[in-house]
Amino acid sequence: MFDPFSEEGKDTRNPIRHTQQPVIVSSSVLGVVYKDGVMLASDTLASYGSGLSRFRDIERLKPVGEYTVVGASGDNSDFQYITHTLEGVTTEEYDWDDGHKLGPKNVFEYLHRLMYGRRNKMNPLWNSLVVGGLKKGEKYVFLIGSIKFVRFLGYIDLKGTTYQSEAIATGFGSYLAIPLLRKATENGRYKTLSEQDAKKLLEDCLRVLWYRDATANNKIQVATINEQGVSVSAPYKLDTEWGFAEHIRGYGA
Amino acid sequence: MPYDPHPNHEGFLNSVGSPIQHRFNPHTDNGGTTLAIAGKDFCLVAGDTRQSEGYSINTRYAPKVHELSNGSVLATSGMYADSVNLVLNIETRLEWYKHKHNKTMSATASAQMLMTVLYQKRFFPYYVFNILGGVDEKGEGCVFSYDPVGCYRRETYQAHGSSAALIQPFLDNQCGAKHQNIKEELLTLDQAMKITKDAFASATERDIYTGDYLEIFVIKKSGVTKHKFDLKKD
Repeated sequence: MFDPFSEEGKDTRNPIRHTQQPVIVSSSVLGVVYKDGVMLASDTLASYGSGLSRFRDIERLKPVGEYTVVGASGDNSDFQYITHTLEGVTTEEYDWDDGHKLGPKNVFEYLHRLMYGRRNKMNPLWNSLVVGGLKKGEKYVFLIGSIKFVRFLGYIDLKGTTYQSEAIATGFGSYLAIPLLRKATENGRYKTLSEQDAKKLLEDCLRVLWYRDATANNKIQVATINEQGVSVSAPYKLDTEWGFAEHIRGYGA
Repeated sequence: MPYDPHPNHEGFLNSVGSPIQHRFNPHTDNGGTTLAIAGKDFCLVAGDTRQSEGYSINTRYAPKVHELSNGSVLATSGMYADSVNLVLNIETRLEWYKHKHNKTMSATASAQMLMTVLYQKRFFPYYVFNILGGVDEKGEGCVFSYDPVGCYRRETYQAHGSSAALIQPFLDNQCGAKHQNIKEELLTLDQAMKITKDAFASATERDIYTGDYLEIFVIKKSGVTKHKFDLKKD
């Protein structure tokens, strides 16, 4: 008979261990909606905790299918697992050969289920994810005032919290970048935001983060999703200026 | 001896002598306020659309009042991720009920069902405060108010969420005729709309978790209508 108090077969010294804290972590991911599509940006640094910059060339903007990019901050190994899982999903979707291709909405829903499912098991994937994309013909109920919305930008985190917005930032970016991003996009201003302006906006935000977030780096990537498709830039350096530090007591000298 | 990845040497012990544990907290509060008022032949259900976490506004438009497929309306506040999945759960059950019984579930039946759905997760609750509004079998407006584990009661008016403590006493006075030497009567739709808009405008002034937009659903026997209004965005 089943005895719930039996110690038999239980190894009390080695209980199942779940991810209780992130290990190799990366900082903010930013996303904005602009005139022709969606743009995501992040730096390429992954740190061991908050003090040790460990890897300086981690790419964390991943294209998924033909219309979507997923950006991740948080635990790097968990993101590698998510990327691996998404690879399986896209392969399976391709194998069906039914003419359907995964759009950003599908990827978003999948990741939402994945993240919420893992939090229910008390074994979360320690990430904040940003999903950006655009699939022609797909409309999204998005904001009051512009109901039929073709561009997609959404957020998912380790507890399964989701939202959509015209400007999204994770981590420190939610404090330092969001004010700048909202100023440029709110009240329908994203409709007139050009590709160059959107790119400059994201670079400005990442520059602010590089100056003020200890775990940010000046090597960045920008992903653009528009009707032409998905393109993720190679990592490149931001222009930064430290000349002012010399004149501030306690900053450099 | 089996391998122990965390042997009890000094580094893993705190001053009390037990291993240091960082437990993952699966719940979060995304703020927001909801309200419902029952009338003679209608029910009004309202909620703001702000979603917050800590001191940050995630988005200005994440609706938390949901029109269900059986014609009643569910207002949710608390943890957003849980509310999304609760609504999904309820909608699944409503659909299966329809296939099984060839009729849509009544508002009062779905009210009882919601209680069982919530209580089934008694020891890992949906962290959601619900208000279910609809029209009962007699054609009268009905409001059901819940706690996260399924304790529920039929009310004539109810406020839930981050501004509940601000709005409920106002409703006690305006809908329940409390501290007034008058007889309590059900409100007209016009009165209920005015009170709801005032309640949310005032709550937005004082509560940082309430604001952006107000969505009001009016449920009548003939169907559901949805109204949208602006709230302050600061």
